[in-house]
Amino acid sequence: MSVDATTVRRIAHLARVAVADDEVEHLRGEINAILAFVEQLSEVDVEGVEPMTSVTPMVMKKRPDVVTDGGDADAVLRNAPATEKNYFLVPKVVE
Amino acid sequence: MNDLTTLTIAGARDGLKQKKFSAAELADAHLAAIEKARALNAYVLETPERASAMAKAADARIAKGDAGPLEGIPLAIKDMFCTEGVRTTACSHILDNFVPTYESTVSGNLWRDGAVLLGKTNNDEFAMGSSNETSFMGPVISPWRRKGANTPLVPGGSSGGSAAAVSAHLALGATGTDTGGSIRQPAAFTGIVGLKPTYGRCSRWGIVAFASSLDQAGPFTRTVRDGAIMLRSMAGHDPKDTTSVDVAVPDYEAAIGKSIKGMRIGIPKEYRVDGMSAEIEGLWQQGRTWLKAAGAELVEVSLPHTKYALPAYYIVAPAEASSNLARYDGVRYGLRVPGRDINGLYENTRARGFGKEVRRRIMIGTYVLSAGYYDAYYLRAQKVRTLIKKDFEDCFARGIDAMLTPATPSAAFGIGEKGQADPIEMYLNDVFTVTVNMAGLPGISVPAGLDGQGLPLGLQLIGRPFGEETLFSLGQVIEDAAGLFTPERWW
Repeated sequence: MSVDATTVRRIAHLARVAVADDEVEHLRGEINAILAFVEQLSEVDVEGVEPMTSVTPMVMKKRPDVVTDGGDADAVLRNAPATEKNYFLVPKVVE
Repeated sequence: MNDLTTLTIAGARDGLKQKKFSAAELADAHLAAIEKARALNAYVLETPERASAMAKAADARIAKGDAGPLEGIPLAIKDMFCTEGVRTTACSHILDNFVPTYESTVSGNLWRDGAVLLGKTNNDEFAMGSSNETSFMGPVISPWRRKGANTPLVPGGSSGGSAAAVSAHLALGATGTDTGGSIRQPAAFTGIVGLKPTYGRCSRWGIVAFASSLDQAGPFTRTVRDGAIMLRSMAGHDPKDTTSVDVAVPDYEAAIGKSIKGMRIGIPKEYRVDGMSAEIEGLWQQGRTWLKAAGAELVEVSLPHTKYALPAYYIVAPAEASSNLARYDGVRYGLRVPGRDINGLYENTRARGFGKEVRRRIMIGTYVLSAGYYDAYYLRAQKVRTLIKKDFEDCFARGIDAMLTPATPSAAFGIGEKGQADPIEMYLNDVFTVTVNMAGLPGISVPAGLDGQGLPLGLQLIGRPFGEETLFSLGQVIEDAAGLFTPERWW
């Protein structure tokens, strides 16, 4: 499988990364090189093989469903580039 | 070189106990060495004040007879580990000024046991690379040079700063993270010991996430014994990481010097790859001879899906990375580049904040997870991963205790020499290490010799799940036979 310029733009948008027009062709080449490399997986017989979901056989530990953390808005907001009171600031989303 | 910086962790521990020197003196010796070694770019942040304060506190605990297992030992921490109040960037522009309000579990465990923070070390951006050249903070220059040349070489990656720091005596030990070889490959390139523990052995909490099903923290040290000492402190169950395993942490150091007589060591025939250099082949043969002489039994084994590990990795790792790195949105932390609307803000921030390799992997990951392609790529790769793991399980079920392989296909290369035109060229560095991450197994790289140009080469030992003790016993045999490797100081 290989990707065309339209697909490169679509992937970039899905990934929320701006890509300039003059970068598309180069990215297309690189992505296709990697897709060609991984293409060899198609020769593996995976009939009846379970996909891996956990590399270590273990049952996920569960904890009581209680609040264990929180109430520290200052720490949560400390690294935010734009805040007001206890909120993150973003451009207007809803008209 | 200053005397105190040439100590091992075990040696420094003894010296501190016998009051031959103080933790403050030990920290100062390292801080002075770091200052003189800035040409290596191994540290992206030096923390001399914190080091002095921690060393002073360590001296007070030693005086009270209250010393922890790593009391006063100066260490470097890879910039992938969040350190409370100390800038942590993953060497990415997108996290330029991030100062965590919390401490990663692994680094916290080291401080609990008395260790001293010297600073944060350089790495490939978000640990994505095999040469430390993708760091936003610039490449690390290896302390090693080819005989009679001054071409700057890479220290390997992604944990290149940690490896260079330990090799150049700028720390007694350092932490790394290993997703496809990021501890073992730089350890091999710089002539030191690097261990990737079994998946789940060390908590991932507070480590900047790259590929969560593969990432694992581990130590860099100059001796195998030091690796055992450091791992004991780093490892352990953590309720904050659901994939961390609730298995008691053994006294790894007790495995040092244990006889390996009768151990069955697998030699996987698929690792004899096309075009393998005579030097690597020779090193591997040498390793077999050493283990045999120490009483181990060598058994040729087959891991038939080896060649598919790297392509499967380049689906699984980017897929998980694209999900993990979705959090960098210019809203909650890090860089923010304005846009005409919220999507513009995201897209501009991420375009400016991520370097080329990271962007490439995010895009590959996004593609293989996108509607209509998931089954063909991601699901198939996860099935192949099951087969890779089964290859190992079949060998272990036949009584194999560990496997011996080369750590890397070559010695270190020059800065700018690889991967410029074709990203795959760089990816091939991890051909011997990546299988271990895919199967969740422990692996250790132990320096075993120098190539014709005087550069270090490493051997890799792969263990059963939670077989770290076996790796330390075997690693010590290689170290005893091969000796230790120190670069000649030029910086």
